[in-house]
Amino acid sequence: MTLPSTTAAAAVAASPATAADERLRAVGAWRRLLGRPESGALSGAVLVFLLFAFSAGGSGMFSAEGIVNWGTVAGFLGVIAVGAALLMVAGEFDLSIGSMIGFAGMLLAVPCLYWGWPVWLAVLFALAVACTLGALNGWLVVKTGLPSFIVTLAFYFVLRGLSLALSVLMTGKTIVSSNGAAVLSDLVAADPVVHSLFQGHVLTGAFNAMAHAGLIAARDDGTALAMGIPKVVVWWFALTAVGAFMLARMRVGNWILAVGGDPNAAKNVGIPVGRVKIGLFMLTAACAALFAILQVADAGSAAADRGLQKEFEAIIAAVIGGCLLTGGYGSVIGASLGALIFGVVQIGIGYTSIDNNWYRVFLGGMLLVAVLFNNYVRRRVALGRR
Amino acid sequence: MSDDLILHLDNVSKYFGPVIALSEVTLALRRGEVHCLLGDNGAGKSTLIKMLAGVYIPDGGEYRVDGKPVRFRSPREALDAGIATVYQDLALVPLMSVARNFFMGREPVRRLFGALPVMDHALAERTAAERLAEMGIRVRDAGQLVGNMSGGEKQCLAIARAIHFGARVLILDEPTAALGVKQSVNVLKLIARARSRGISVIFITHNVNHAYPIGDRFTLLNRGKSMGTHAKTDVSKEAVLDMMAGGAEMKTLMHDLDGVTI
Repeated sequence: MTLPSTTAAAAVAASPATAADERLRAVGAWRRLLGRPESGALSGAVLVFLLFAFSAGGSGMFSAEGIVNWGTVAGFLGVIAVGAALLMVAGEFDLSIGSMIGFAGMLLAVPCLYWGWPVWLAVLFALAVACTLGALNGWLVVKTGLPSFIVTLAFYFVLRGLSLALSVLMTGKTIVSSNGAAVLSDLVAADPVVHSLFQGHVLTGAFNAMAHAGLIAARDDGTALAMGIPKVVVWWFALTAVGAFMLARMRVGNWILAVGGDPNAAKNVGIPVGRVKIGLFMLTAACAALFAILQVADAGSAAADRGLQKEFEAIIAAVIGGCLLTGGYGSVIGASLGALIFGVVQIGIGYTSIDNNWYRVFLGGMLLVAVLFNNYVRRRVALGRR
Repeated sequence: MSDDLILHLDNVSKYFGPVIALSEVTLALRRGEVHCLLGDNGAGKSTLIKMLAGVYIPDGGEYRVDGKPVRFRSPREALDAGIATVYQDLALVPLMSVARNFFMGREPVRRLFGALPVMDHALAERTAAERLAEMGIRVRDAGQLVGNMSGGEKQCLAIARAIHFGARVLILDEPTAALGVKQSVNVLKLIARARSRGISVIFITHNVNHAYPIGDRFTLLNRGKSMGTHAKTDVSKEAVLDMMAGGAEMKTLMHDLDGVTI
């Protein structure tokens, strides 16, 4: 890669006829597409859809209610994968995402049921506490210079332990759905703001109309079997769009890439490296809290052991989506596609004759293939090496 | 005119505990000259540039910019005074595009739909390509990743970026150290171009063959002390090499190894 570019430029200046750089090889659109970080996840998603179209095509997996089924699973994971992906691009991990889900769920349920708080206030409370804990995570990582792997591993245990211990201390149990006359699902449904933001489905009317027209399956009373698009899916799409826009188009996106790519260089050019990292730890924690709020609204209960292993799933989705473990490269859209692959495989396998336990084997294999593929693409296509 | 000094280190010293890193060193940079700072490993070159760049404050002596004494408390303050340092690590991120690197930390912003602040990628790519072209670097595509560039191109990108963001003084820390012959020549050409645009340059190197053709004056450092400043008109390349390597001792060494020159 020795490149006498000034000589080339001098030659160009001398003879304007040679306008195009002779060292610039025509690169096809296909190669350009491959050079994008989410190309691996995109081809993976296509592969998984083809696989299930063949093996479970006639089983109802791709009917409206089937799609809602795996879409919900993908949506929940997608919500946390967006935060995890942005944090990973900035060069850090958060292993406390799963524990945060359990903790934030309790932060929502206990004030509603035991302290008599309005639901909207408890939602804000859960988000605020999660953001504070995320900031603490980030602050410790930035201040101590310790790997985030260790710092957030500590919070992985601390938060899970706190969820269990505090819920037993305050409620005497680890799963709460009601306290005397107060029933969590009723309280959530009665709060207009929280209900409209986090509970149930959108486009229910359109789905019913489609059922009426005989396009999708209907119940006995004529309403659609699939009740609409779950709100978690709407959140997933919205967060993906905002995250992708932020990374690609906004100033802070350039900062995130720089902080992950080379923190020293970023600091030298005046980027507030610490603030960027702490902000992303807060975002990741807020995504985990959002997951918990949606889950509590959906299930009508909170449990201290919710969210187990979700941190790994979020990280895997981000890696499948093309994020480098070392930071500086990755894609929010890719991470969302990673979450989609998760949902399709996890639910789709139940529609086939394959035993459910193969799901984890498949995911592990998928992770390995994704990392190898991404490495290959980065070296061969993005950096043009062999 | 010849004594129009843009930077002036006047008898500065720097100590690290018991270690005397610099002892009463004087370095005067004239406006628009290329001033080579030569010295072997451990001569104190790094300490001296960090002092110029605002990383260290001198323990003795005075640092003057445009004739006025200054005490930079951070590299940012030196940068604001137009003194830009390009260190050997270049502060470039390989997996980011040329344009994103060029504007890293100083991104141009425009308003999308009159409200939403977004990075102006079109402006960034156009400006980066234009500025590099002015420096004689033809980037094939400002959207290409910096990791795809050669060492010489990266060096030139870092220098062009410093100039674009208002450097009056460029401090280049061994810009040719890791480069091949052709790329070194390109960087030397770039230094000449910077000088022709009125930018003053401090060029740190231990390679006399790189320093001599481009330098106007040479200051030699040896074991924390200045061996004096010499104009090119007064001194031959051999004399510079002699002073740098410790004169007679080096001569005997080179005599033993027949035919070796540095």
